[in-house]
Amino acid sequence: MGSVTVYGPPISPAVSRVLACLLEKDVVFNLVNIDMSKAQHKSPDFLKIQPFGQVPAFQDEHTTLFESRAICRYICDKYADRGNRSLLGRRGGGLVERAHVEQWLEAEGQSFNPPSSTLVFQLAFARQMGLPQDPAAILLNEGKLAKVLDVYERRLQESRFLAGDEFSLADLSHLPNGHYIRAGGKEEFFTSRKHVARWWEDISMRPSWRKVVEMQRTPPA
Amino acid sequence: MAVKVYGPAISTATVRVLLCLEEMGAQYELVPIDYSTGEHKSPPHLARNPFGQVPAFEDGDLMLFESRAISRYVLRKYKSSGPDLLREGSLEESAMVDLWLEVEAQQYDKAISAIYIEIAIKPVYFGGVPDEKVVAESVEKLGKVLDVYEARLSKSKYLAGDFLSFADLSHIPYTHHIVASPHASLFESRPHVKAWWESLASRPAYKKVTAGTPTSK
Repeated sequence: MGSVTVYGPPISPAVSRVLACLLEKDVVFNLVNIDMSKAQHKSPDFLKIQPFGQVPAFQDEHTTLFESRAICRYICDKYADRGNRSLLGRRGGGLVERAHVEQWLEAEGQSFNPPSSTLVFQLAFARQMGLPQDPAAILLNEGKLAKVLDVYERRLQESRFLAGDEFSLADLSHLPNGHYIRAGGKEEFFTSRKHVARWWEDISMRPSWRKVVEMQRTPPA
Repeated sequence: MAVKVYGPAISTATVRVLLCLEEMGAQYELVPIDYSTGEHKSPPHLARNPFGQVPAFEDGDLMLFESRAISRYVLRKYKSSGPDLLREGSLEESAMVDLWLEVEAQQYDKAISAIYIEIAIKPVYFGGVPDEKVVAESVEKLGKVLDVYEARLSKSKYLAGDFLSFADLSHIPYTHHIVASPHASLFESRPHVKAWWESLASRPAYKKVTAGTPTSK
């Protein structure tokens, strides 16, 4: 293979979302580090493949993409027969099962992501970047995230994974920020909610995610 | 049996779904949800949308929330009776549709919705005053996003390529309000963005769905 390249550091939540998907799909890839501390993501060369100057960027033969959730959809589409084949719903599940996966994928992108991203930045990245933490922002977004996870708790009481009985892209999409929130000392968000805790344990113990966490701990080449 | 959309006709997310239904010529029933009485947080509605938001969507036994997920379902279900707005027959084209849909959801929406909330929602529904600092920051952010759009649209007629797609339509709900506001210059000053918007606004589905939607002046 060797035709797939991901640009960006594994510690970036959005980059790690793509890496998790590639690993779930057993797709071989090259990882090219982008040194954000040196503003490589704002270089003219990088802006040609990602005009918003963010990570990740992605190339597969002649296809260039960005936006991690769109890249994940592409990987599931192009490599449909490899690795985990149920990420966007099972084959026999039709339009309905796909719709359920996409509903929770949107819930991640629209409801879980905004407050969790702010918390991840505040807890995991701000100090590293020499920026002061904002206690008001932390408090506000903790409140928002709590409300979202209360909805998840009720859902996961009736369903093993968000979209149904199978692990899907909707669950996967939560791994990057969820991981940093736990690692950042806020594990009570998950542990205080019985069904969310069970779900988190299930999805974060998957070999694909454990491999991503290992990549995050490895210094870039 | 006609599908049902639950939500106020003026809700931007509800408009997103209605646009798709109209583009595909689908039969549907719009069931209004009354925010002023807290209906969106009532148990019957929470059973449809556990986040207490609009829209919700019903097709027989299927109940869905999140307008972009509902829209995709609608566009697939009625695929043979309208334009091909998802391009799922082509790996390359559908990848571009998904990419620009994510740009809309993650970059465009954040900036433009913040403007709309300040200048339209706050004053009209909460008797508040726009926070000019938030407006200015959001206008600047949206401007930077639109610079990328201007460059993109100078190379292709629509966002995902030379074909109209759901990625373009998904921008309509908030843009409809902002082009009728004092911040219209964001769109007027960028010739390719302006032409793109005018093309979207000329569509019959747009005119029909937004006919009863007041815009902020």
